[in-house]
Amino acid sequence: MSDHTAQPTVGIIVFPGSNCDQDTVLAIQALGARAVVLDYRLAELPPVDFLILPGGFSYGDYLRSGALAAAAPIMDAVEKSAASGMPVLGICNGFQILCERGLLPGALLPNPSGEFICQWQTVRVVNAPKGFETMADGTVLRLPIAHHDGSYRVAEGQLASLFEHGQVFLQYSDDKGGAHALVNPNGSVANIAGVSQGSVVGLMPHPERAMAQYLGSDDGRGFLAAWLGLRGNVEC
Amino acid sequence: MTRTYQLTFLVGLKSGILDPAGQATRNVLQHMEYAVQDVRIGKWIRVAIQADNAEHALALGQEMGQRLLSNPVMESFEVTVKAL
Repeated sequence: MSDHTAQPTVGIIVFPGSNCDQDTVLAIQALGARAVVLDYRLAELPPVDFLILPGGFSYGDYLRSGALAAAAPIMDAVEKSAASGMPVLGICNGFQILCERGLLPGALLPNPSGEFICQWQTVRVVNAPKGFETMADGTVLRLPIAHHDGSYRVAEGQLASLFEHGQVFLQYSDDKGGAHALVNPNGSVANIAGVSQGSVVGLMPHPERAMAQYLGSDDGRGFLAAWLGLRGNVEC
Repeated sequence: MTRTYQLTFLVGLKSGILDPAGQATRNVLQHMEYAVQDVRIGKWIRVAIQADNAEHALALGQEMGQRLLSNPVMESFEVTVKAL
């Protein structure tokens, strides 16, 4: 572990085909944390406090989105760290990888429209998981989504258990936090946009692309600050 | 009198055509310590269609495979038929 009295260190894993890694590095640095880029071939992790699997198209989405990256050498170490309670965040393709690895429940299927969806989206916090204690349930966030395979599904009979165990993190919603079919961009079951399991969290929206009002929203900044456990005013 | 037949297509790149998805998957399987020599990835397509008989259904399947479901420039396909 790195020195907790100093800046927290966030490891950002780069797979072949990741393309949101540098945005994520900049977002983490903007929050005053240290970002280290980790190669997918590493068998062991350097000292880090947090891990992010960024968005992109690892392995060209071959076979299934995230399926090949889920078997990358570094994922054994990720699994071990998650088991010991390290916060792990998967964004978009990172979410797909964590689902394929079995570190998060469910799977992400192609959007029923057959289209790549790239738009602003409001999501509401259903159940703030471990690490997001500063984010109240019901908080509505404005974040961009950009994906082809974002339709979240679970095995038959698993949905109720996800809600019962507080694993439903985010739902696609309207501006007031109402989650209904009209605001479901990709046919995800129960409008689910993000889930958690232990210290592992995954979401389809891109908080690292919503770091300042001039980009359209700074809700991603608040989201990542909450995840890093930062409070109060964060310097831009 | 027509009835419904089920056509099953297997579409894949012709041998000798580079298959990056197959290669990436082969590399990962090898990393997982399977003694895999080659992986080719293709598509599986199932079609339900009305036809006079199995031969007729299969003939339509051959036509669909050539006209749409495969690209004859770099892909080949197999189609099988079964009555539903």
